[in-house]
Amino acid sequence: MRARSTSGIVRRSGPGAVVMRVVLFAVLGLFCLYYLFPLFVMVSTSLKSLAEIREGSFLAFPRDIGFEAWAKAWGSACVGVRCDGLQPYFMNSVMMAVPAVILSTTLGALNGYALTKWRFPGADIIFALMLFGAFIPFQVVLLPMARTLGELGLAGTVPGLVLVHTVYGLAFTTLFFRNFFIGVPDGIVQAAKVDGAGFFGIFFRIVLPMSLPAIVVTVIWQFTQIWNDFLFGVAFTVGDSNPVTVALNNVVNTSTGVKEYNVDMAAAIIAGLPTLLVYVVAGAYFVRGLSAGAVKG
Amino acid sequence: MASGIRLEKLRKSFGGNEVIKGIDLDIAPGEFVVLVGPSGCGKSTLLNLIAGLETVGSGDIFIGGDKVNKVPPRDRDIAMVFQSYALYPTKTVRDNVTFGMETRRVPKDDQAAALEEFARLLQIDHLLDRKPGQLSGGQRQRVAMGRALVRQPEVFLFDEPLSNLDAKLRIEMRTEIKKLHQRLGKTVVYVTHDQIEAMTLATRIAVMDNGHIRQFADPATIYENPVDMFVAGFMGSPPMNMIPGRVWHDGGKVFVLPRGARESIRFPVDGPAARGADLPDGHEVILGLRPETIFAAGTELPGPNRYVFDAPVEVVEPTGPDTMIVFQIGGQDLIARVRPEDVAKPGRAFRFEVDMTKAKLFDAETGKAL
Repeated sequence: MRARSTSGIVRRSGPGAVVMRVVLFAVLGLFCLYYLFPLFVMVSTSLKSLAEIREGSFLAFPRDIGFEAWAKAWGSACVGVRCDGLQPYFMNSVMMAVPAVILSTTLGALNGYALTKWRFPGADIIFALMLFGAFIPFQVVLLPMARTLGELGLAGTVPGLVLVHTVYGLAFTTLFFRNFFIGVPDGIVQAAKVDGAGFFGIFFRIVLPMSLPAIVVTVIWQFTQIWNDFLFGVAFTVGDSNPVTVALNNVVNTSTGVKEYNVDMAAAIIAGLPTLLVYVVAGAYFVRGLSAGAVKG
Repeated sequence: MASGIRLEKLRKSFGGNEVIKGIDLDIAPGEFVVLVGPSGCGKSTLLNLIAGLETVGSGDIFIGGDKVNKVPPRDRDIAMVFQSYALYPTKTVRDNVTFGMETRRVPKDDQAAALEEFARLLQIDHLLDRKPGQLSGGQRQRVAMGRALVRQPEVFLFDEPLSNLDAKLRIEMRTEIKKLHQRLGKTVVYVTHDQIEAMTLATRIAVMDNGHIRQFADPATIYENPVDMFVAGFMGSPPMNMIPGRVWHDGGKVFVLPRGARESIRFPVDGPAARGADLPDGHEVILGLRPETIFAAGTELPGPNRYVFDAPVEVVEPTGPDTMIVFQIGGQDLIARVRPEDVAKPGRAFRFEVDMTKAKLFDAETGKAL
């Protein structure tokens, strides 16, 4: 990997340029603060006790750092009438997001591969129609989907949600992979055909290993979409099968007793943590994938 | 024993656009056939049809006597080298080369033996653990060749394999490909737009234009006796001089009077190659003269049917072994190939001599050789 350097940038020197630099970094710093501030408030509030929150300013650093709010949010906060914390719902989300991401990414890769490397009459029309799926507002499909899930006996279950997210993710995953594979030279597929590999042989042994960057982008996108989804979760699941986003809403909106801001904040961070993790982990692979896949000629 | 290839009335269209317009071709076992033509003439499509990478529109393809219209590429016993090399970027050189044997479930020991033999032959044995991205253009080309050779198929298909190499490497690889063909004796179909590659490699050349084969013959015939102006103009570098003119009989001899030239210039075309005697006076023809048949007067041993004329030098282009002199007859640029020591300055008059036994005559209307 090439070392980062600014030696390639030629710029004018002088007092005017210095002032412009200072202004530039001041603006950048301001934007950083603007984005980091809510995160700071959430983390610091989640580490305070309720008494401290009531007395002090929400801007202040916590005096005694404690993880009681986190423990409660995870294990004993009340979601509706059940007081087991976010934990069971978090597991629901995992059971929903992981299979749905794997399925939609795999099928999207297959679609993109078939649409670009095994061209058939009408491939462009089919792709255009699939793309249309990316622009359908989800509210429109709620009722027909609910009926379909009912017919399939999947209503109110996590596998039902997996199905919904896989189907509605396909438009995006197909788009991502189709656009990636269009840049893969046809000659490579032709060479593999002459070499004796078939449709799936070429897919798994030649094309898929080349598409690591596309896989990472798709996984990040799909995981974020599916994990953060609220609409499908609230519409197609009931009580115990709720994903974590719906449970979080129920924790925060529980109207009995005092408002536990520290627990709410901790719960919100817990619910958001996995997407952050995927960005950090997959992001590293993303950069590595970009440089590993770079082959000229 | 190598397999022959036979194409019968082959046609192929993309959309409403017919690219292969009824091609018949009979390639003998062990032959090295070069398909040559300008870009867009259908030569790569024809190769893809033979490979099975495109479906046949109509007509038949036979490989080794079997009709293969519906046989997928993997079962045609062919190997192919692509212009872009099309190496698998995520696989090592070793895995690139053995992939074809892997998919055909060749035993590991045989794979290793074949890999070793051809890696040594192509001098890529020290590169086996590298990825294609770490190789130079010439090394990638060798790996692509290795991948094709290692399975030892009956037919090799080459799709402009040398066009991405620099000039020096291209000449080296050209010689190596010819050596390999002489050594292995398999049938080769080779596509190129480079007429020098075609001349040097082929046992027979098929000159293609616009979906048709214009001429299919050995290199000498293609060069010496082109069937029409297209073949004559395409083969040879610099290209053949094409001089439009009229037939003229005078005193029992036949001449071509170049259009727009002064009266004194008239090319005698009595030679065996130029059969213009039967044509009436004034018939429009094209006189074809290769640059190497025009030289400085008196610099070659005298021969029959020489014609000497004067023209001022326009441009001088040294190439090293020869020097090209551009001059004009009737306002048209012509090229002569002279020895470097015979050269004159631009603007000076120069006395040229033409070997008219090598002249070609084409009908101006049809473009066919007369």
